[in-house]
Amino acid sequence: MAEEKRLMKGNEAMGEAAVRAGCDAYFGYPITPQNELTAYMAKHMLDKKRTFIQAESEVAAINMVFGAGATGARVMTSSSSPGVSLKQEGISYACGADVPCVVINVSRSGPGLGGISPAQGDYFQSTRGGGHGDYYHIVLAPKSVQEAADLTYEAFDLADQWRMPAMVLADGMIGQMMEGVSFKPPKDPATRIAKPWAVGTSSNRPVNHVDSTHLDPDEFEAVNRARFERYAEMKKVLPRYEEHDIDDAELVLVAYGTSARVSYGAVQMARKLGIKAGLFRPITLWPFPEKRMGELADAGKKFLAVEMSMGQMVEDVRLYTHGKSEVFFYGRCGGNIPTEEAVLAEIQKILKK
Amino acid sequence: MTEKTFMAGFGGQGVISMGQLWVYCAMKEGLEVTFFPFYGAEKRGGIARAGVIVSTEEIASPLVTSPDSAIVMNMDSLPLCENILKKDGVMLVNSSLVKVEPERKDIRVVKIPCNEIAEKLGDVKFANMVMLGALSQVTGAVKLDKLEPILKTFFSESKHRFIPKNLEAMEAGAKAAS
Repeated sequence: MAEEKRLMKGNEAMGEAAVRAGCDAYFGYPITPQNELTAYMAKHMLDKKRTFIQAESEVAAINMVFGAGATGARVMTSSSSPGVSLKQEGISYACGADVPCVVINVSRSGPGLGGISPAQGDYFQSTRGGGHGDYYHIVLAPKSVQEAADLTYEAFDLADQWRMPAMVLADGMIGQMMEGVSFKPPKDPATRIAKPWAVGTSSNRPVNHVDSTHLDPDEFEAVNRARFERYAEMKKVLPRYEEHDIDDAELVLVAYGTSARVSYGAVQMARKLGIKAGLFRPITLWPFPEKRMGELADAGKKFLAVEMSMGQMVEDVRLYTHGKSEVFFYGRCGGNIPTEEAVLAEIQKILKK
Repeated sequence: MTEKTFMAGFGGQGVISMGQLWVYCAMKEGLEVTFFPFYGAEKRGGIARAGVIVSTEEIASPLVTSPDSAIVMNMDSLPLCENILKKDGVMLVNSSLVKVEPERKDIRVVKIPCNEIAEKLGDVKFANMVMLGALSQVTGAVKLDKLEPILKTFFSESKHRFIPKNLEAMEAGAKAAS
């Protein structure tokens, strides 16, 4: 039974969802616009006799995540764009050592120190393995406070199931706005996936090693190939998306997170004018719902990617429509958010209506 | 029904609280809600703005760019609100501080002397509650009938003694707008 709805900021809702998902340890370092999340964890983790550490830096925090995750604990860190850049080395190590963890990025405008307003310029970094080496990890993109809570709650299970970091890629808007949210009950620790690979103090089993060092090229290649087989399996079962008004749409808007909300508003306005627009919203950015994208391309749709960036996800739209479709782009950046009116104008320009 | 409201004033006037209480009440009345604040880094005197949406439907963009109603709590906020308010939209003006007439003729203007009403009730700090009552009266989007229990969770226990005055201010605002 869902509990009564609460009015919460996205940042706080992700914190509460993590607590309920059984996060054993949180390691963070402050940065706007995700500070309420760190503050929420500070307030609630210690009450529950769990671990909360405000690390001395983002680099320290992600390495604490690695260490605690290697022991089999459910672990999380959160930050915003420049802070997540600092964590990339640790994320690469976690991917290389198959350490499950949850990383939340409440993204802001960049590059560089940038600004503190919402942006989606971290798509490439998130979906292409933002650190060094050959890897991917799960990326989930919520569109609302409710979904930010639900995806954070689920991210812990997905990370454990697939033995890798699961990133929740929110943006400053999702983190800062308040909406109604109802939470699922706390997870029963007994339902957790067993982690026989974890390091610890058990003396009656062979020694476990959790690390990413492989000096023998053939052995290392085999490890990477095995990991990519797992990726291939994930691509079959994990992609998730939401669609609105797709069937008869001439132009399909593709957008995630906040820009998907704006695009949905623009689609509704277009429909009122008799313009056949629809919305395709990827929920998993990695693995991207590429199969469905291909089906829509085969159906002869045109596409308009809407992003709070100079155009990053649009490259995946082009990739997975295999050059069969006309793909357009509309974006705002620097902390600006596209308006429904501007997106509608873009739809009208493309369809000449 | 979807009511998009833009609220603007200076820091310390309770603009953010007003927006939060508006959506909190709406949520308890079974509506979908979104609240997005913008404020300066200053503790007092900076800008304080909130975009709030209440709706019987799923809310698309959380960004309020073309509001159905706008609240102007101080002089500086007038040009901004006048610029974005929808045609035939309603502008609620705190006439205690805004002495200038909006130039647009395609909007409805409702003047509420929030500060004066609040001061009569004992403290200018109630001005935001006066405006909240007026907004409910004018738009009908949120009834505010669950405000009292909400204030009990919104305020810490030590401030519960101010709840009756807050309710009184809300009712006085509704009356002034009717």
